[in-house]
This record gives sequence, C-alpha cells and structure tokens, in this order.
Amino acid sequence: MSGNGNGIQRSDFAAIAEWVRPGSRVLDLGCGDGTLLKYLKSKRNVSGYGVEIDDENILACVKNGVNVIQSDLERGLSEFEDRSFDYVILSQTLQAMKNSERIIKDMLRVGREGIVTFPNFGYWKNRLHIAAGYMPVSDNLPYQWFDTPNVHLCTIADFERFCRERRIRVVERKVLTNGKAVGLLPNLLGALAIYHFGNGAAK
Amino acid sequence: MDGSTTTQTVGIVTPRIAKFTEPVALKCGAVIDEYELVYEAYGTLNRERSNAVLVCHALNASHHAAGVYADDPTDVGWWDNMIGPGKPVDTNRFFVIGVNNLGGCHGSTGPKSINPRTGKPWGGQFPVVTVEDWVATQARLADHLGIRQFAAVMGGSLGAMQALTWTIKYPERLRHALVIACTPSLSAQNIAFNEVARQAIITDPDFHGGDYYAHGTTPKRGLRVARMVGHITYLSDDEMASKFGRQLKYGKLAYSFDTEFEIESYLRYQGNKFAEYFDANTYLRITKVLDYFDPAFEHGGDLVRALAPAKASFLVISFTTDWRFSPERSREIVTALLDNRCDVTYAEIEAPHGHDAFLLDDVRYHRLVTAYFDRIGAETAADAGTGILHHGSKAAA
Repeated sequence: MSGNGNGIQRSDFAAIAEWVRPGSRVLDLGCGDGTLLKYLKSKRNVSGYGVEIDDENILACVKNGVNVIQSDLERGLSEFEDRSFDYVILSQTLQAMKNSERIIKDMLRVGREGIVTFPNFGYWKNRLHIAAGYMPVSDNLPYQWFDTPNVHLCTIADFERFCRERRIRVVERKVLTNGKAVGLLPNLLGALAIYHFGNGAAK
Repeated sequence: MDGSTTTQTVGIVTPRIAKFTEPVALKCGAVIDEYELVYEAYGTLNRERSNAVLVCHALNASHHAAGVYADDPTDVGWWDNMIGPGKPVDTNRFFVIGVNNLGGCHGSTGPKSINPRTGKPWGGQFPVVTVEDWVATQARLADHLGIRQFAAVMGGSLGAMQALTWTIKYPERLRHALVIACTPSLSAQNIAFNEVARQAIITDPDFHGGDYYAHGTTPKRGLRVARMVGHITYLSDDEMASKFGRQLKYGKLAYSFDTEFEIESYLRYQGNKFAEYFDANTYLRITKVLDYFDPAFEHGGDLVRALAPAKASFLVISFTTDWRFSPERSREIVTALLDNRCDVTYAEIEAPHGHDAFLLDDVRYHRLVTAYFDRIGAETAADAGTGILHHGSKAAA
C-alpha cells in the first residue's frame, strides 16, 4: 500500500504535526517517500518507522534518513507489538485499503492513538461531479474511475458513524479545504478530513 | 546504479597478515594460543578513524572482497561489484576491510596451518569454531588496526550473521549493521543440506579423519558433492529453470551416467572448481558455524532478548526468491529489532536469483545500499573533527 501524493505539498502534514506531542513514537503507515516522518522528526523530534510497499519509496525513505519497513499493509501489522507507539498515522491511504476496518483496529492495537486523513467524498465539488453524472476527479482525488487505487472512499458523516458504531473515541477533528480550516458544514465544504482517535467511547 | 560511469575498481590489492599472540578461548572450550588473520583493506582510514567498514564473508569467500592481485588480474574480489570507488560501498569515502576468518583456508590460521604444539598441520584437531569466535577475533583485528568503532559491519548470508553478532557482542563498536540475506538460525532443512555435505566429505576414503595432509591426499570427491549440494540451495527453482531447463549438453539422450543435462554439467563444473582450491576441513567447520548460529538459543529461544544489547542502526535486506534464508526469516530479525526499538530499515528485493542474489549486481539492491552508505557517510562527515564517537542510538521510548 503506497501513500498518495508523493512530492506534493501536503496540507495535512502541518495539521498532524500540531497534534503530535514532541519526542513521541510514531508509526506512519503507507509513508510514501518518508516526507511526513522527516517533517515530524524535524518539527516534533519524533522517532519511529514508516511502512511502505513500493521499492522507489523505500529508496526515497532511506535517502530521507527515515526508518522504513517494506511491507504490505493489507497483511496487517503483525510485526508490531501492542501499544508500541504513541501514534499510528494513516495519511491519505485509508481509502485505498481493501480492508479498511481491520487497519483501523490494528492501528489502535499497535498505537495508543491513531491519526487518519482521507479525502472527504461529501465535499460539494465531488457532489457536483456526481450530480453532473461523473465520478469526481480533483486535487484530492486525482484519478479516473478506471485507474483509481481508491476503493473505499467515504464522507465525514460515514467515518463518524463508523467510529460511533465501533466505540472509537474521536479526540479531535480538522477539516481542510485548500489548506485552510473549515468550520461550517464540514461534510459539504471540507475537501480533506483529519481525525485523531483513540480507544473507548466518545465523551 | 547511480553514476555507474564513474565506478572503478580498487585496482591491485595486497593481502596483509595480522599476528595475534594472546590466546583466544573458543566457544567450544578449546584455546588457540596464537593465530594469524589475513586481511585486505581498501580506501583510507580518516584521522578520526571513524570511516571503517568491516565486510564479513560467507561460506566459501575470503578476505579478498574487492580488486585484483598483481600476479593474477583474473582473481577479482568476491564483492567487487559492491566495493570500490563510486560503488555502493565507496572506497573514496570509507576504509573497507575484508578478513579471512579463523579456521579458513585462504591464509588465516586454520586446519591447514601448523599446530605449534605438535609441529604438524592441525587437520582434524582444529577446533570447531562459531560465529561468536569469528567476531571476537575480528574485534582483535580492529584493535590491531586502531579501530575503536566501525561505521558499519556488513555481510550477506553467513556474513550477515557475523554483522548481527557484532551488534550483540560489541554494541558500542559499530554504528550500522547491514544484514543481508540472513536468518536468525538455520532451519532443519538447512541443517539437513549441511549434513549431506559433511557426510560426503567425511565418508570420502581420502579424508583420513581430517588428517589427509599427512597422507598426501585431499577428499576431492566428497568436497565436490558437498559443493554441488550447496549450490542447489543457492539458486531458485525458477533461476535454474531459466538458466538450464532440461537442456541437454549433447543434444540427445545417451542412456548413460555421463553428464547429459546442462544442470549436471554445471554442478559438476562448480564442484570440480571448488574442490581444487577449498580445504575440506574448513568446509566442514563452516557448515557447523552455520548450524550452531542461533543467538536466541541462550535466551530460551527469545530473539528479542538476544538482540536487546544492540545499539546499531540496521539495514536488513532479503530477496523474494531466496528459499534458503527466506524473507520470512529476515522478518523475524526485523520484528525482534522493532521490539527492541532499534533503528531499522527493511527491504525485500524482488530478484529471481535465489540466495545468491546478495552477490549479484541488482539495480534496486545496489541503489539501496548506495543510499544507505550515503547516509552513513553524511553522519561520519558531520562528526569529523568533533571528536564525537557515536554509540548508536535506539529510537527513544
């Protein structure tokens, strides 16, 4: 499983960095070229590892000075001990996982808390594409229907229901459009959702 | 490989001998009073003595890891595609050492050598050595060369077992370990193949209990078979199929026991070549070194505990078609390193060549090692002049 958006300025990185406590241990699933981990190392002095499947990304991680384990996320996280990380991050990869539910569970087994980012399918521009009769293609969803790796797209409302039903506690949420925070009508006006969650029922 | 146009060979190299007079107590209980290790070195040791890389050899290789000899320009070092100016282990940057291990047959003290206590070759009396013994004597060579801490210790297969053992036994003495095509211990199947090889040698009438030097014979038949068996395990089924298939050497079946299939011809050629230069007593001992390797054994089978002392940063590499030491076995090492919160990068290289892939010039593999050594080089350069000796750093809890 390879993270989307290599080399692109990723607006979710700064948002994630704000949540991550300095000096914590981080596991970045589908870490791509290691940019996020490198960023968190420099901004938050974190330690940890990335998980990647793609050869070129493994090489890029080594060049970026980031620890990386070549592995297929679809196989699960059996290499990693329970509660061995402060945060497990899944950045713009959830929608491309075959088994999205299992990875979320595994994230909360291996980490104390999880951070997940995904393109909000409920964003008005996506709705407009659908209303016009076509699958959405945008900066956050840059693929055509026939070549997309995104098999499990969801909306903000979908994800929150998913968390509620599984007693996953949402700690914080940020919704961004073009890198700017969205307050009003997030499921309609937000392009990118970022969730910070943990075990246990919502407060 | 990046910049392949600028890569060169280290050129003509000269082996050197280090003599050790302090007795070494081996794991088996035997003591060797004095011994010699033959080694080669490429590149220049920097003023801080911080750029040394130790290259550990596998089953049949030697200290001759790179370059050629003045009197034999065809004798190219066994890892020459990896080590040299502009190569992944860049000798413009690093001081690289290859050493023939104790018990070897390429110049270091071994079964062929004269036992000073008897004045005769050690032969069958030469003790059975272990990876730990090798690493202990390599550490003495490092002392001899004034190297307090290696920038990296690296190896493939049995060489990787030595690199791993360095991180356990001398955690302060290396900053990085490159553990390539390794396993945390041999499987029953691995040991079984080794036992076939040993029985081939031991039952050769020319073996004489290991004292064949005195009889003017060498157990070449046994050694040949041993090498043939070994060779089968180094290649993948697919690689053998694509290289040889069912090709016939003379185009038609002869209904005899001469070589008919190309694969038979290949194995016989490899066996003959090997039996000409390799010492049977050394081969026997090296197969035992492999069988005994099991750092978890002393910790109730717990590899996590075995690797607890490790402080180095690791690059672990496996090859998809390696059925001798499969990627799953490398993953066991990686998992144990993760549990110990060590810095580790793990890559699984898709290569068709089986176990032998670690010796071959695969682009993805070599680019990765190049990038990793760039990182080591950058750290080494950053510390130059500061007088800082790294002691490795585990990822903080």
